[in-house]
Amino acid sequence: MSAMPAQFEMSFADALLNADRPVPCGITAHNAAIPTRRFAVYRNNVAVGLRKALQSRFPVVEKIIGEEFFAAMALVYVREQPPRSPQLTTYGDELPAFIAAFEPARELPYLADVARLEAARTRSYHAADATPLGADHFAGFDTDAVAGIRIDMHPSTEIVRSPYPIVTIWAMNSGEQELAPIENWHGEDALISRPSPQVEIRALPPGGAAFLLALAAGLPLGRAAEAALAEEPNFNLTGNLAGLIGSGLVRDIVFPQPKK
Amino acid sequence: MFIVSNLPACAGVGFKPEHFRDILAAPQPLGFFEVHAENYMGAGGPPHAQLGALRERYTLSVHGVGLSIGSMEPLNREHLMRLKLLCERYQPESFSEHLAWSSHNDIYLNDLLPLPYTPQTLARVTEHIDEVQSALGRQMLLENPSTYIRFSESTIPEIDFLTEVSKRTGCGLLLDINNVFVSAKNHGAQPLAYLDSFPFDRVKEIHLGGHDEEVDEVGGPLLIDTHASPITEAVWSLYSHVIARAGALPTLIEWDNDVPDWPTLRHEATLAQNILSDASCASAA
Ligand SMILES: [Fe+2]
Repeated sequence: MSAMPAQFEMSFADALLNADRPVPCGITAHNAAIPTRRFAVYRNNVAVGLRKALQSRFPVVEKIIGEEFFAAMALVYVREQPPRSPQLTTYGDELPAFIAAFEPARELPYLADVARLEAARTRSYHAADATPLGADHFAGFDTDAVAGIRIDMHPSTEIVRSPYPIVTIWAMNSGEQELAPIENWHGEDALISRPSPQVEIRALPPGGAAFLLALAAGLPLGRAAEAALAEEPNFNLTGNLAGLIGSGLVRDIVFPQPKK
Repeated sequence: MFIVSNLPACAGVGFKPEHFRDILAAPQPLGFFEVHAENYMGAGGPPHAQLGALRERYTLSVHGVGLSIGSMEPLNREHLMRLKLLCERYQPESFSEHLAWSSHNDIYLNDLLPLPYTPQTLARVTEHIDEVQSALGRQMLLENPSTYIRFSESTIPEIDFLTEVSKRTGCGLLLDINNVFVSAKNHGAQPLAYLDSFPFDRVKEIHLGGHDEEVDEVGGPLLIDTHASPITEAVWSLYSHVIARAGALPTLIEWDNDVPDWPTLRHEATLAQNILSDASCASAA
């Protein structure tokens, strides 16, 4: 009895993702009626391949929880949320939310935010190229006009806010910084960007994340500064603006349309 | 315009980012580089910077691993459009994909899975290849798979299947000799017999790679297509046999896992080049 090919795909795919399923019928080998070990090669390829895709995107999460824990977690994640696209560089966008709800990881409340930082890091890595504007573009502005300026941010810019010191945790586990106990346990907002070929990750000063998020949402400088001041009364617009330009985060500036 | 696959009959190497500096440090006596399409589908960043630099200097082959041509479901149009964009951006001399499926019901399984060979699957694969070639405006090469199991419903020998698809669509064939060896051993068949009935006149590229050897539950050989080691003696001798019969063909060394240093990988390409001819194959892109 021969099944329709599409049914074959269905039972094949189902048995690949669920290790408890038997070898689908209609699958044979020259020396065995039910080639369990041979079928297991495919099952293993799928599991290992997708785990490797997650490992390469979330190396710091793996460093923190260890290879074994990560592999076990990846197995559950892959079964629950298999990739929907052959473009595997984007696989794992939902891993941070999965970790946040993953019971065995509950003792590491910062882990999901570290995963968000790592997901943002690869997005930044693959983001479109753009030449940042140089500082000279900002010289000689009419100060009255500054409040109305909108900033077109470099496409590689990502911001991840956290009540945990995620930038420090990331730096210590990625080899950027020596591993040591974190004395001053406080929230950190991460700025991830790629103005040069390398992705850079650093902690933003107070108010910085609110400022950048407002700019990224398309608000003019004046409104973005208000958003930052609401969080940090000592927010310094000139200093943050200079930092923005100096870090190559500005692709373009858009001046307000003159009123008629 | 229909672009025909056109790689030089020389040895080439699968590009790995860890070799980028070594490759650019000096002109490499290689006919071409091959990249996996799916690694270059982001908008920008270091992958494109590297591929751009490589493309400027060398002949390029784009090798897809995720199009799922062997699936009975419709092709993923979004993915096909990403491939089109990539081919337009880099104008590779060749594009190839596999006789396999990898997506089902919108889930991407990340493996090259086998399909039964029947008149229905033949018709479906033919439709898919027609669709790919007309979307890309170019000929594609179809690669023979490495397989571990068989389908009891298969009625068409693999070579007949590949030949018929090539006849109907005009696609070229990519003959992976390691895949031939792995599949033959896994199915208790003779690799030489398979190769001797292969339609060499349709072959536009050859793949060579390493495999692992395991055993199944009854002690039979179970060869795994890992691309994680040097090419074996047995595969080299099959390759010599093919080149002696078919003449020089573009030949790619595939080494995708446990990637060695650049000199080790280039050495494999030199071995292939020696079998192809003594002539130098420095690339002119
Ligand atoms: Fe291959």
